Amino acid sequence: MNDLTQLIGLAPVKARIAQVTALLAVDSARRDLGLAGTPPGLHMSFTGNPGTGKTTVALEMAGILHRLGYSRKGHLVSVTRDDLVGQYIGHTAPKTREVLKRAMGGVLFIDEAYYLYRPENERDYGQEAIEILLQVMENQREDLVVILAGYKDRMDRFFESNPGLSSRIAHHIDFPDYSGEELSRIADLMLDRMGYTFDEGARVAFGRYIERRATQPHFANARSVRNALDRARLRHASRVFPKLAGADRDLLVTLRAEDILASRVFDDDSAGGPDA
Amino acid sequence: MRITQGAFSFLPDLTDEQIRAQVGYCLDKGWAVSLEHTDDIHPRNTYWEMFGQPMFDLKDAAGAMAELAACRATFPARYIRVNAFDASRGWEAVRLSFIVNRPKDEPGLRLRRTEAEGRVQRYSIEPYATTMPEGRRYQ
Repeated sequence: MNDLTQLIGLAPVKARIAQVTALLAVDSARRDLGLAGTPPGLHMSFTGNPGTGKTTVALEMAGILHRLGYSRKGHLVSVTRDDLVGQYIGHTAPKTREVLKRAMGGVLFIDEAYYLYRPENERDYGQEAIEILLQVMENQREDLVVILAGYKDRMDRFFESNPGLSSRIAHHIDFPDYSGEELSRIADLMLDRMGYTFDEGARVAFGRYIERRATQPHFANARSVRNALDRARLRHASRVFPKLAGADRDLLVTLRAEDILASRVFDDDSAGGPDA
Repeated sequence: MRITQGAFSFLPDLTDEQIRAQVGYCLDKGWAVSLEHTDDIHPRNTYWEMFGQPMFDLKDAAGAMAELAACRATFPARYIRVNAFDASRGWEAVRLSFIVNRPKDEPGLRLRRTEAEGRVQRYSIEPYATTMPEGRRYQ
């Protein structure tokens, strides 16, 4: 649980995972006393907007389940449609089984799971992959945990057209968007890991940046924050580069307001975009 | 006659639990596990047919056990063996190989004596089962 508490925000996600943790702990205590019980199904679906930490939490999940003794190896196999679905008839089943075999004893993370099902093409092989997945999710529950992830609206539609899949997933966890304050704390954390700091002006400017960026299209929560910081580093680098000879530590680690304010997000006439 | 080839073959047949433990040991060592089957048990028949591909990147024995179950369902009356291949430099060889499935009735091997020049005797062995065409042995 230590790793998860370091994540910022995500209160409902943490609450649900705390419940699962408690259940598994109680379960193993019961087993020690010889009380019978089948292992609980732990397949999950993570839904939420881009950049809300679905993949990060999935990675942590593998470790948590391993430490709780639920999954034997605790590794994470992360796949997308391409790894499961074949290109011609008869190619899909072995490919999917191969991936499932690799994931056994750990966690299988299927990112953007809704691409598996393409209703507009009735000869699509995705359905075959889903059927094999269902079979294994049902029959080898103690061998692997499947986590499906994707954007909320598309996942909902995906589950509507695959009710069998939806009912085999015990935990549907929704990842909320971050608040502006949480995004600022995330930015601080990221900067800390990159070895930079904001000065006072930059901190205020970045707060305003997040406010404006959030109203623009293609806003991707923490991912947008990371991209913004990467671009601020670029501007910082070109500002510092001419004075590099006599640069002290302070100059090299401090991002100033001008590094943030140069962003296109602050241009009122520009529409803004994913890389603004 | 009980065929004894590979590791553990003088022991009673391994149970699934024991096979799982052995496969787990191989995976912990970083060896790649694969399955092979045959209905020609001649000792010189080194290359058996592969069942599926070698399972590189496997972390847990459950995957190999599922594959073994599939192989047994397809070839219930054949010899099936587990091979563990060590890909590390200097070895690059099968480190462990053991039989995990055998037909119920094992007629064994026939010893053939041939008279050659002078009074020289030549010996050869031949599985009784191979007198039948492939696919109809051990039924």
